[in-house]
Amino acid sequence: MLAFIIRRLGQALLVLMAVGFVSFSMFKFMGDPVENMLGQEATVADRAELEERLGLNDPIIVQYLRYFQRAMSGDFGVSYRAGLPVGEVILDRLPATLELALLSAVFAISLGFVLGVYTAIRRDGYLANFIMTTSLIGVSLPTFLIGVFLIWAFSVNLGWLPSFGRGDTRSLFGVDLAILTVDGLKSMILPAVTLGLYQMTLIMRLVRSEMLEVLRTDYIRFARARGLSQRAINFGHAMKNTLVPVITVTGLQFGSIVAFAIITESVFQWPGVGLLFINAVSFVDIPVMSAYLLLVGVIFVTINLVVDLLYFAIDPRLSVSGK
Amino acid sequence: MKRTILKMTAASLAICAGISAVNAETLRWARAGDSLTLDPHAQNEGPTHTLAHQMYEGLLQRDMSAQIIPALATSWDPTDNPNVWEFKLREGVKFHGGEDFTADDVVFSFNRAMMPTSAMKELLASIKEVRKVDDFTVHIETDGPNPLLPNNLTNLFVMDSDWTTANGCEAPQDIANGGDNPCVRATNGTGAFVLESRKQDAETVLKRNDNYWGIDEFPMEVTEIIYTPIQESATRVAALLSGEVDLIQDVPVQDLARVAGTDGLQLATAPQNRTIFFGMNLGADDLTSDTVEGANPLADGRVREAMNIAINRDAIKKVVMRDQSAPTGVIMPPFVNGWTEALDAYPDYDVAKAKALMEEAGYGDGFGLTLNCPNDRYINDEAICQAAVGMFGQIGITVNLDAKPKAQHFPLITNRETDFYMLGWGVPTFDSEYIFNFLVHTTTDKYGSWNGTGFSNADVDAKIVSLASETDSEVRNDTISQIWDTVKAETLYLPIHNQVLNWGMTETIDFAVQPEDQPHFKFLTFKN
Amino acid sequence: MDIQTKKGASARPEFSEAAPASTWQRWTQSDIWYSYKRSPVIIVSSLTFLALVLGAVFSPLFSPYTPFDPASLNLMNGFTKPLSTNAFTGDYFLLGTDDQGRDVLSTILFGLRISLFVGVIAVLFAMTLGVVLGLISGYIGGWLDGVIMRIADIQMTFPSIMVAMLLYGIGKGLIPPDLRDEMAIWVLIISIGLSEWVQFARTVRGATMVEREKEYVQAGHLIGLSRWSIMLRHILPNVTGPILVIATISLALAIIAEATLSFLGVGAPKTQPSLGTLINVGRQYILSGEWWILLFPSLTLLALALSVNLFGDWLRDILNPKLR
Repeated sequence: MLAFIIRRLGQALLVLMAVGFVSFSMFKFMGDPVENMLGQEATVADRAELEERLGLNDPIIVQYLRYFQRAMSGDFGVSYRAGLPVGEVILDRLPATLELALLSAVFAISLGFVLGVYTAIRRDGYLANFIMTTSLIGVSLPTFLIGVFLIWAFSVNLGWLPSFGRGDTRSLFGVDLAILTVDGLKSMILPAVTLGLYQMTLIMRLVRSEMLEVLRTDYIRFARARGLSQRAINFGHAMKNTLVPVITVTGLQFGSIVAFAIITESVFQWPGVGLLFINAVSFVDIPVMSAYLLLVGVIFVTINLVVDLLYFAIDPRLSVSGK
Repeated sequence: MKRTILKMTAASLAICAGISAVNAETLRWARAGDSLTLDPHAQNEGPTHTLAHQMYEGLLQRDMSAQIIPALATSWDPTDNPNVWEFKLREGVKFHGGEDFTADDVVFSFNRAMMPTSAMKELLASIKEVRKVDDFTVHIETDGPNPLLPNNLTNLFVMDSDWTTANGCEAPQDIANGGDNPCVRATNGTGAFVLESRKQDAETVLKRNDNYWGIDEFPMEVTEIIYTPIQESATRVAALLSGEVDLIQDVPVQDLARVAGTDGLQLATAPQNRTIFFGMNLGADDLTSDTVEGANPLADGRVREAMNIAINRDAIKKVVMRDQSAPTGVIMPPFVNGWTEALDAYPDYDVAKAKALMEEAGYGDGFGLTLNCPNDRYINDEAICQAAVGMFGQIGITVNLDAKPKAQHFPLITNRETDFYMLGWGVPTFDSEYIFNFLVHTTTDKYGSWNGTGFSNADVDAKIVSLASETDSEVRNDTISQIWDTVKAETLYLPIHNQVLNWGMTETIDFAVQPEDQPHFKFLTFKN
Repeated sequence: MDIQTKKGASARPEFSEAAPASTWQRWTQSDIWYSYKRSPVIIVSSLTFLALVLGAVFSPLFSPYTPFDPASLNLMNGFTKPLSTNAFTGDYFLLGTDDQGRDVLSTILFGLRISLFVGVIAVLFAMTLGVVLGLISGYIGGWLDGVIMRIADIQMTFPSIMVAMLLYGIGKGLIPPDLRDEMAIWVLIISIGLSEWVQFARTVRGATMVEREKEYVQAGHLIGLSRWSIMLRHILPNVTGPILVIATISLALAIIAEATLSFLGVGAPKTQPSLGTLINVGRQYILSGEWWILLFPSLTLLALALSVNLFGDWLRDILNPKLR
């Protein structure tokens, strides 16, 4: 098991290096950072000089190796846009994204599971069918439109919830969190729902589908024949067996929550890393973009590893040594 | 007495708007972009200067109607030596940290702003030396006579020499060289507001500087500013409509009616110092993006004129800009020295005449061309380009629209990789020379960096260069007018309009729009 | 028509098997058809989908205006209300016009066409790639599994939005300017497809790893079936359930993803707009009173994605042998 983890970590490093390289090759096509860094009064010579000093004229592979060498020692460079060390900027923004992602994941998983199990047990019930149909509306519209619509409805027309920002934050171990204050929580509702809606529906549909399959299997029939209560069958046997695919998808979905946070954060001006990334893209802030992509890479690789480990924990038939 | 009014204002506000008295003097302000850095010399960019203006001051500044008024200097005059300006400094001014303001700080700040890593150095390029004469007198010597020197100094902020040195940021931050410095995170200016806290892209809080030298000179009614950038225009407007902010800049034109029609909200409008226009590559022998082989249709003045009269500027104003623009025939806003009504007059929209001109130039069957356009820089930039594509289509020019974010669009112009492009130009010095230097002069090391047209005329170049040192304003203005005549006669650019600025705010605020889009909150008053 | 008689025949399957039944007969006698007829939601959603597809395919016939010919547009038609005649030009618009004076109905029909095209091709591409790689990875395992899953990791590290931004950037750099509008669509398809295959691959791999250990596969080995034969003929049918779930969601998702990309400025160009581009343009008018520019494209997209999702739900329940 330890060897497996070490091997996976080694592979993960390779993955991260590849991510870094791909992102470096793409920056060339995203625009010229020098244009943003110098004002409109800059002369042709000024631009050439800054490009030279930033090392933008070197071949991509040289730029990349230089970057990776520094990154290995924890130096991610200075943001072209903010003028602050990238590591600091990202760490400063990360809590906002993580708490938003966490809240939306909690929302998606809990509601998705409950509704999924319910709609599976009451397969043909009116309420179950109603839930199945209406839940689809949420995934049939793009995230940004849902966000804009929620602002229109709940901020502008009803005036119940804030339309932007994190509200008040409270510091916990030196980290400012909005989730700890009432005002902050209110600010989180709209973005968290926007972000989690799609995942919620997906999880719900998956749980339902898996439950239905499991409920038809022989051993559930036997369980029923043995006279176990419906409740014991539903929750003790059936639900447990829906876990493998649900965990896979939920794990993968956490990654896309982080990715879709880009959209949600820019609609709600939520000051997390997604917003940072969008700003970095429009400014061609190469150090921030690289660090962000590496960060996303680390998150994904970790999730993948955890999902793989959970597979083994849940389904003992899949042994590590097995071919 | 000011205090009493302030208290009364606060009390009445609290009653009218139903907000608590504590918040009455707080101004919650939002705009699309955030300041990039707190280092006052590290970026030459609008939102960065706007925030810096609240905390830092220069020798002089532009007020809410863009007139130059004294700030840290009380007077400035040319001396007997035509190359030297004398600035008399204000006495008794203290920095936020309590340090006294003297001539040493001015000399230090100018030298800092002229360093290679400064973004302000181009505006100071003509300065040879800044000398301290006594504690409150400074001489600025330029390469040659520079009648417009004060115009270049309105965004040049003065820092305290001791504080800056003690913090180790004698040089402006150098991003290319790991350039983080304490002056990027903290401020110590002489301005009307003091930095309380700042989180980039999230929230910046400023408190009133009660020791400000101008506390009795300016209204100074705002005691706290909470500044939040909100990029999404719909969210920004929503925040104003739902009462979460008090003042927003960058109101999208389609939402103006909604803001103006909402109870408790009002709009302030003013022409902006920025002209939007198209540039054409008329200098090349052949174009890369057109369908004509071996010739450059844009080199033909008749084609350019045809394109100029094919643009229905009134329709763009009415539909795309919702009447929030001033169509123009010259690439210069009315504030600028050199502007005349005759230059500003734009040609009638005339498709038949345009077609005839195309026929005459030998392009009766039209041709194809790519138009490069930004999509995140100017008000409705891409929509203007789309509309123009339709208009050019009607005289047979099939335009392929290539709209890109600004970071990809502008390099096309500065690297001369576009044949036909949109550009907007503001004139911080409020003088035509600035426009000529960048947009009309032949491209050289020092001049013409934004002249993507390839236009080159030695006679015009000589005239442009002469403007910098011409002290006789009559001769100078005459030269300016000659250059403009050439630019118009050549149809060097296709002007569209001057942008109009709109700020949305609560009705309790009395505040005019500043033509540079820079609110100076020390001027803001609350209505009774 | 004569469904009655055929139904009678289906009551006695042994007869219909005696005479060679036509495809149509077999179809009408199937459980699928029976279930279809009994579910009004599915009838409505499949007809909606059909109508939208027909509208998209024949958009040049149905559209009252040609919205993408710049020379035919009149800017003065801009912001005409639905069911009204423009005061300047005298043109009539059923669903109003947008900011450029384009007829909203026509832009929706043409936009639908682009959205559907992008969605369908992207999902086919993703499914083929994902299923093949997932089967190989899950069944053969070993170093091949390692390589494929690491590629999948890299792929997942770049969420769909970023893959698209990357490809779009590179594509725009490499493609000659006059081809950009046409190529932009293919760049979109490839980026959306590439970002979706991992879903298929991981799910197929996970299911295959479970199936691989089951007795019937072991039995297949014993009787000497080839690996590909086992994978395609025995394992694949057992994982069609999850694949179909994902494929359905993916079609709707691909259409929505394209819309999302418009928000980030890398969707279909504004001169050749998809439904997503139209919604992204319309979004600016949510507070300003020109509701039709946002509402009609949004409703169309909702109808399209919802009918695909509902239809997929039903198809999954029907096609999954375990659920019959």
